Amino acid sequence: MTGRTERLRQESLGAEAAISAERALLLTEFYRENEGRWSIPVLRAKSFYYLCEKKTIYLGEGELVVGERGPAPKLVPTYPELTCHSLKDLRILNSREKTSYRVDDACLKAYVETVIPYWSTRSLRDKIFRELPEEWHEAYQSGIFTEFMEQRAPGHTVLDDKIYSKGLLDFKKEIADTIAALDFGSDPDAWSKREELKAMDISCDAVILFAERHAKLAESMAAACADAVRKQELMKIAANCRWVPAHAPTDFFEALQSYWFCHLAVITELNGWDAFSPGHLDQHLYPFYRDGLAAGTLKKEEARELLECFFVKFNNHPSPPKVGVTAAESGTYTDFANINLGGLLPDGSDGSNEVSHLLLDIIDEMHLLQPSSNIQLSRKSPDRFLKHTLRVVRKGYGFPSIFNADSVVEEQLRQGKTLADARAGGCSGCVEVGAFGKEAYILTGYFNLVKMLELALHDGVDPATGAQLGPATGKAESFACFDDVFAAFTKQLAHFIDIKIRGNRLIEMIYAGLMPAPFLSVLTDDCISRGMDYNAGGARYNNSFIQGVGIGSITDSLSAIKEHVFQEKAVSLPDLVAKLDADFASSEPLRQRLWNRTRKYGNDDDFADDLMRQVFEAFFLQVDGRPNTKGGVYRIEMLPTTCHVYFGSVTGAMPDGRRRGAPLSEGISPVQGADRQGPTAVIRSAGKMDHIRSGGTLLNLKFSPTLLAGEGGVDGLAALVRSYFRMDGHHVQFNVVDVETLKRAQADPRQYRDLIVRVAGYSDYFCDLSEELQNEIIARTEHTSL
Amino acid sequence: MINGTVFNLQRYSLHDGPGIRTTVFLKGCPARCWWCHNPESQSPLPEIASSQNLCIACGACRPVCPNLLSREFCSGCGACADACPTGARELVGRVMSVEEVMGSVLKDRFFYEDSGGGVTFSGGEPLSQPQFLKALLAACREEEIHTAVDTAGICAPETLLDIAPLTDLFLFDLKCAAPERHREGTGADHAAILENLERLGRAQARIWIRIPVVPGFNDSVKEMEALAALAARVHGVRQVWLLPYHGSWGAKPARFGRDAAPPAKEAMAPSQESLEHYARLFRDKGLDTRIGGA
Repeated sequence: MTGRTERLRQESLGAEAAISAERALLLTEFYRENEGRWSIPVLRAKSFYYLCEKKTIYLGEGELVVGERGPAPKLVPTYPELTCHSLKDLRILNSREKTSYRVDDACLKAYVETVIPYWSTRSLRDKIFRELPEEWHEAYQSGIFTEFMEQRAPGHTVLDDKIYSKGLLDFKKEIADTIAALDFGSDPDAWSKREELKAMDISCDAVILFAERHAKLAESMAAACADAVRKQELMKIAANCRWVPAHAPTDFFEALQSYWFCHLAVITELNGWDAFSPGHLDQHLYPFYRDGLAAGTLKKEEARELLECFFVKFNNHPSPPKVGVTAAESGTYTDFANINLGGLLPDGSDGSNEVSHLLLDIIDEMHLLQPSSNIQLSRKSPDRFLKHTLRVVRKGYGFPSIFNADSVVEEQLRQGKTLADARAGGCSGCVEVGAFGKEAYILTGYFNLVKMLELALHDGVDPATGAQLGPATGKAESFACFDDVFAAFTKQLAHFIDIKIRGNRLIEMIYAGLMPAPFLSVLTDDCISRGMDYNAGGARYNNSFIQGVGIGSITDSLSAIKEHVFQEKAVSLPDLVAKLDADFASSEPLRQRLWNRTRKYGNDDDFADDLMRQVFEAFFLQVDGRPNTKGGVYRIEMLPTTCHVYFGSVTGAMPDGRRRGAPLSEGISPVQGADRQGPTAVIRSAGKMDHIRSGGTLLNLKFSPTLLAGEGGVDGLAALVRSYFRMDGHHVQFNVVDVETLKRAQADPRQYRDLIVRVAGYSDYFCDLSEELQNEIIARTEHTSL
Repeated sequence: MINGTVFNLQRYSLHDGPGIRTTVFLKGCPARCWWCHNPESQSPLPEIASSQNLCIACGACRPVCPNLLSREFCSGCGACADACPTGARELVGRVMSVEEVMGSVLKDRFFYEDSGGGVTFSGGEPLSQPQFLKALLAACREEEIHTAVDTAGICAPETLLDIAPLTDLFLFDLKCAAPERHREGTGADHAAILENLERLGRAQARIWIRIPVVPGFNDSVKEMEALAALAARVHGVRQVWLLPYHGSWGAKPARFGRDAAPPAKEAMAPSQESLEHYARLFRDKGLDTRIGGA
């Protein structure tokens, strides 16, 4: 790091996250004046223009890449048109112990007097909750599934290479040409297309204006600047902001600034999930880097400093806080922007380059919470690239995570994408696969697979409440064999997947009609040529996902039933269910037997692993291929973020010996502590899943630092990764930190503020995690140190 | 069908030869090294390990044992381990067929291929079960899997030469160059071991010599100089590994009803400086020498 970037990094780390009411106030002002005046797309675009025109802009001391979403770093705007924070929400956010957001009195006042009175009944969240049927609410409240769109707009979206060869003025030309070619005589949708296209055009103007305001600010600061070097920098910043993103960038610096303005625009327009991501940043920057070095206009150290400034920008942007929060809920500051390194070029050759290595060095040196990073490892990726990555991974930050680029392509080909689009795609958020710049791939909610078995064992009654939640599929005493149990499980699963998808479709329609995203549509093929919005099916591809949680826990529970109840007859099913209902009170030997002596997933034992495949298959069959309302279909993913903790808290004791309320297994990792044959066995078990038919799976491997010591440790890890990927494994990440460090950090968080650990698909500050999650990570880690 | 007694199958083993390996531990050893980390490796028979910290005192083991849980009369039938819900009682040593062992070994084939690894047969002394070992080596050769045999060299010369053509690498343990001290520390004859090592060298075997550096036994410049001179004499030695002894067996002997460890003073690990110094002694003799994990 240079002195400049070290200082910017420290400022970013030191700045307190706080809520800014500015966006909410500007938007309220605009809506009061203009609601109903234009079509909805145009209204949205004009409101976005208003924000870009009026919002406070910021240019910090020593900054090179410029622009903030809020009035200053770490000031987080709100999106009351989607979700309106209540006064209680704001107070909890301000006072809660972990991941708090400061809310000052002016902000509270603005909410009380202006924002809440206007939006409390108009926000999209209220509309969605009002419209959804009672059966959906019951399932949602019982912890059967979650709903992404009750908090934030559809997102997880990633940019491709388009802004590096085109400017917004080029897109405006494409928009104008498309409008000119509309056939109002024979195309019944021509008028609605024109409104969408007009909105996209306005949104381009808004972003150009936003950049121009930064140019002016930089110029005025340059004029007042006594330091000749800084003055020069400010003049270059002004020139950059005047040129991009209106035009295609001509050098490395402009390329970064152009992306950053597009990033800010997307996350200002709406609060889409996972912010926004630059995708294959190394591939996109490489031509500018190579040409700059060759022409002598760029030095490697300069490129490095610019990238470091760029990284700080991501870290300046904590995720927008949720609404309806509880004091206990910890949340996270990370917003899941994720940079892909390596991968494949459109012609199928290796995509890693010198910028990939530069970025790995920066990730290592800066170890900021944001942006997240991953590598896309193909058969063609050199070992140098993998081993460089693993030497960073070994430090224990939990990133970069590692993806199988060849599987990522194959998964997308199965979904019907073209080979070129698949290769240009990659991963974002935690592990989600998408065609970058061409797809709206929407995660709709986590789904509690374990709860389905709990309902099946209780004839559809939720033992937590006594309510008949699911269909009556038979009492425990009526199941004569294991297949009967599995059939009941499948019926419960089918029932609740139906409820989930019915609800999803309603939400999709509400977003399509009421909450277009015109600027994101400009950046996503083929929204312009189709004259359709990103949220209404304008993208070339429109996959939607439901994410299964707890595959390890459900597999082990089924395995326990199959072995101990039906094969060994050590306990009858009704007896077992009675013990579960009592949370194993006074039956500890039985619980121990179930916990220790069941053939469990993660040990390369086909008895258990076949059950895992059976569950995967049942889930896949219920979801994959069912149409959404945007011309795409539903698919499955296997990832939890932190939802395995929440789902665990609403799920009773299970036949694998898990107690009531304990976390479920996370991702496709084995139940915490159930894998006892080492990492190759875990990988073999996970490799038996058909990853190609998912849209992403998450495997967390836990290592104690001693196992990774020396070059032998790196070689061993490298081979583990390569072998897993030969089995079509989708993703693997490594948690490397010893248990003593974690315990010390838990006891004395102030000394360990920068301790970053892998949670699930993302890394987070250990001290920001809930105590429950901290304990879970300690338990995982303890297990691997044995 | 050839059977043998195996007390552990360790997957993802990184310290017993090149790459990722599965180490197959064959039970039974003629040596009695006082520092032995694996007391369960010594007897050729299955035996029960018990871990008090896992025991919940549920009593499930009592009614199933024909010998009232007496270690003295234990036949290694494993009934108590089957009955134990927590794994506090565990049967160590299982009679397995070649096919069963190969079934486990083959599971990690991808990992061997991607890492340049394979299988290591260790013990105990794997050559104490020569027919079983030979059949396993032949099965690995058939499967194109790299093999290593970790031996103390305590066996009849023909036994060793019989398996040499089927073995890709020998991990040959040397402990001490002074015959008297060797016998004192290990209970085994030094000269026969050295002859076996030289025979292997003449038979064109690839050899890594492994030396546990044990405080109070061979942790001295004089001893290491003598061992280096010895190793340098042998044809076919590709690498030498110095394995720092660590006194970490802790509770392990107690789990097998053995007497506890030697005095704490002697259990201290050798210092990094002395290890580096010893390694230089070997390197001075032209030997590729590394300091390794155990």
